[in-house]
Amino acid sequence: MALLVSLAVGLLAACGIYLLLRPRVFSVILGLTLLSYAVNALIFLGGRLNATAAPLALPGAQGLADPMPQALVLTAIVIGFGMTAYLVALALRARAETGTDHVDGAEGPEDGR
Amino acid sequence: MIAGALLFVLLAPFVGVPAVVLLQRLHRRCAAWGAAAAMAAGLAVLAPFVPRVLAGETLVARWQWLPEWGLDFALRLDGLGLLFCGLILGIGLLIVLYAAYYLPEKDRLGRFYAMLLAFAGGMLGVVLAENLLLLVVFWEVTSLSSFLLIAYKYEAREARVAARMALAVTGGGGLALLAGVLLLGQVAGSFDLSEVLARGDVVRAHPLYPVILGLVLLGAFTKSAQFPFHGWLPAAMAALTPVSAYLHSATMVKAGVFLLARLYPVLSGTEAWMVVVGGVGAVTFVYGAYVALRKDDLKGLLAYSTISHLGLVTLLFGLDTRMAAVAAVFHIINHAIFKASLFIAAGIIDHEAGTRDMRRMGGLLRLMPWTGALAIVAAGAMAGVPLLNGFLSKEMFFAETIGHPAFDGAARYLLPVLAVVGGVLSVGYSVRFVHEVFFGGAPRDLPRTPHEPPRWMRLPVDVLVALVLLVGLLPQVMVGPILLSASAAVLQGEVPAFRLAIWHGFTTPLLMSVAAMLGGLLYYRFRHVLFALHARLLPRDGGQMAFERAYRVAELAAMRAMAWLDPRSLPAYLALLVGFVLVLGVWAWRGGAPADLAGPLAWGSVDPLTGFGLLVLAVGAGGTVLLHRRPLVALMLLGVAGLMVSLGFLRFAAPDLALTQLSVEVVTVVLLLLALRYLPQVTAAESGAARRWRDAVLAGLGGLGVAALTFAMLTRPFETISGWQIAHSVPGGGGTNVVNVILVDIRGFDTMGEIAVLAMAALGLHALLQGLRLPPAAGVASAQPGEGLPVMLAMLMRPLLPLALAVSVYIFLRGHNLPGGGFIAGLVTAIALMLQYVAGGIDFARARLRWNYVKVLGAGLGVAVATGLGSWVFGRPFLTSTHGYVDPPVLEKFELASAMGFDLGVYLVVVGTVMLCLTELGAVSRSGRVGG
Repeated sequence: MALLVSLAVGLLAACGIYLLLRPRVFSVILGLTLLSYAVNALIFLGGRLNATAAPLALPGAQGLADPMPQALVLTAIVIGFGMTAYLVALALRARAETGTDHVDGAEGPEDGR
Repeated sequence: MIAGALLFVLLAPFVGVPAVVLLQRLHRRCAAWGAAAAMAAGLAVLAPFVPRVLAGETLVARWQWLPEWGLDFALRLDGLGLLFCGLILGIGLLIVLYAAYYLPEKDRLGRFYAMLLAFAGGMLGVVLAENLLLLVVFWEVTSLSSFLLIAYKYEAREARVAARMALAVTGGGGLALLAGVLLLGQVAGSFDLSEVLARGDVVRAHPLYPVILGLVLLGAFTKSAQFPFHGWLPAAMAALTPVSAYLHSATMVKAGVFLLARLYPVLSGTEAWMVVVGGVGAVTFVYGAYVALRKDDLKGLLAYSTISHLGLVTLLFGLDTRMAAVAAVFHIINHAIFKASLFIAAGIIDHEAGTRDMRRMGGLLRLMPWTGALAIVAAGAMAGVPLLNGFLSKEMFFAETIGHPAFDGAARYLLPVLAVVGGVLSVGYSVRFVHEVFFGGAPRDLPRTPHEPPRWMRLPVDVLVALVLLVGLLPQVMVGPILLSASAAVLQGEVPAFRLAIWHGFTTPLLMSVAAMLGGLLYYRFRHVLFALHARLLPRDGGQMAFERAYRVAELAAMRAMAWLDPRSLPAYLALLVGFVLVLGVWAWRGGAPADLAGPLAWGSVDPLTGFGLLVLAVGAGGTVLLHRRPLVALMLLGVAGLMVSLGFLRFAAPDLALTQLSVEVVTVVLLLLALRYLPQVTAAESGAARRWRDAVLAGLGGLGVAALTFAMLTRPFETISGWQIAHSVPGGGGTNVVNVILVDIRGFDTMGEIAVLAMAALGLHALLQGLRLPPAAGVASAQPGEGLPVMLAMLMRPLLPLALAVSVYIFLRGHNLPGGGFIAGLVTAIALMLQYVAGGIDFARARLRWNYVKVLGAGLGVAVATGLGSWVFGRPFLTSTHGYVDPPVLEKFELASAMGFDLGVYLVVVGTVMLCLTELGAVSRSGRVGG
């Protein structure tokens, strides 16, 4: 299980990085979203894998899931949305100003081949 | 008592900054009164402490700030501080009055006084600081606010250049000072002035002493415009005259010599001090006086004269005898008074005559007799004429140059000769000022015919020149006590006996004074000979030009370097970043003690459901990459991956995360769909194969690294650090949902920061989309309003709205004990509202949901802060929560914690953020001005 989950997180990160390096704005936004999944998962897994842990501190609950990484990740997810929204606005503004959706604001020499 | 008073004196100007800006709306005169009140209040509050300070007491007030870094907010009032407070506030008050008349009627004065007060506050902070780091902080305040003051007429390029130069020089000096003070604090073992002053021996014996001395002096010399850092001061004459009169008489440039005085007991007493401080002071003294005579601009002459007089003060400190330090303090007082009056008079002449060029003036005494007489008296003090204040300190200076212990043999004539030469030059430029402006024929084509200024405009000169005379005639009565206590503060010990009197008998200093007078008159008479000689032998002086040239060269070099270093391409930056992180990771892993990747924990077996989920996740993520050139499909696949991530959270005991991820996923997909309207629907293969391979390798390695890291972590045991939070969640926070209790209670302050970030992101989007008009991308059908809306959905959505809202309220209320809370409830509400937009169209929804989402954001932050402040009312720290149970009729008994108020703030911010983003993005193609 540990190996498989790790590979999944790694795959998310790899896909995110690859898209992040693309020259089009939308790909970069997709990449950033994938990368944030990976990072959130990594932080969350700091509480280790435990499918049977109790999520709530009810009386008599034993083996509570670690709430700290969860609290960290919860706000990170919401802030991730704020960041994506801001990035989208930036991309649209950039497109209006430069007329292109290339991340560098102009078609690069390496692109378009 | 003293603590409150000092705090008041220091804060009054800073409180005045916004106040005058508001007051100017009423009338420009109100702004002036406000600024004057801030200064006068400081003087009034200090007055009761004057006797104690004059009696030799040092009053200290202290508030802990960052004690572990040695930074306390500590203030001290001793003789030196009191003297400077008097100068800053007293002359400041006169400047406030003067500026009200000097600035044109159409200037509302608010901006001017705001800057002036900020500057005065910075100066007060410098002279009142007990903590050295605090002193540096206020030192920077003066650098920044003087930059703004000099650039007040920012439309003029000259003013901008001058301001930039002043900031570059004094700001750079400030950095050196910071470094010097940090070292000094380390060496002395404390940043408290009281302790540092007592440890002069330790500091002077330390191997780092030369470094400390150099850095501190760099700060002092740049601020006090000592050679060769003097260039900014004449350039700063581009500023308004009230600014020059304030900055270059009593304040800004005096901060440098104040620093010399303040650290005198610590740093002085070595050969290095005497050579550097004395040497720089001597050169500046003579150089400034020489250049001053050659200036045709009235203010230019005064500027170089200021440089020269500051050089004199520096030289006095550098002579390093106890009596010389007393003379230095005395000259600081005298120079502040006569130079302020001269600048103000120069401003009046400029104001009345329309020019500052002395070659065009002459005979102004007949046209403005009263102002002229005052200016002549002040210029006399500048030259050191007997019966005026400047004479007294200059004579003390002459006396100190005779028989200085460091010079013997033939060299003992060196200092007196230098002093007389400086005196001759000072008399020369003072005579030029008096002769060319007020005598010497009639004015030559002045733009205006000058006459006496309004009475109130001249009042500051009246007051200052009265002081010049009073100090000159009754020195012991006027300044004796304050000079004694200020000198005691400088020397931190016995002050040598001195007698302030106008007549000491026929002494050598008197002879030197007479020689300087006569020499000066002769020098002025034959100045043309010297000028011709100068023109032949020496190049034109151009400090400002040289600075500008150096600045341009640096700018150009920076641009070249950037062009060479900087690929100016985001993918290139990111590739570098990823590569660098990979190198760091490998280095950290291989560099430490060798460890196996897998830890001791069992790997655990895979159950089919989880395995299937992970497979779908892989397909979603991989598919997003493979199909990324078809954004719509890629977006759907991304949604699949996101869904699997949220299911994963659910699987591993994190229901809150699952709910959050799920709802964020929904709004993100809608957001990106909206964005897609304006972006190409299909993009061509873009990068070359080599580039794609490089990226794939980078991505693969990065993914492998993350996977390895995760695996290593998952197979290692750990001790949770959340024990305290879990233990206190129910008894302390009143909730069984520990995650929510952490968010809104235990770490409420962090969450406050996070919702602020969220609000900022939304406002950033709001600002970016403001006035943006983008046509939909090619291939996107531009739907007409009301066309093509899903009827079924519309019919279904309207009755569903109250239901959805009820669900969100439920989620919100139960959040403390069961999965839910403000974040999730906010997202659910936003989704419910958003569906109305989707189903009914933006016009339909907007007509019904007339929310200003920016205000919702503000309300949310307001509620959160108010909840936090609420605990102050009960004398508890910010954001302390309390809880209890309520048992309402009909409904089930539930628990109410004050943290719920905070959670309500979170809820509102989340709703505001999401709705602001989505509605504004949805409206981009509709109109230039979007809702909100």
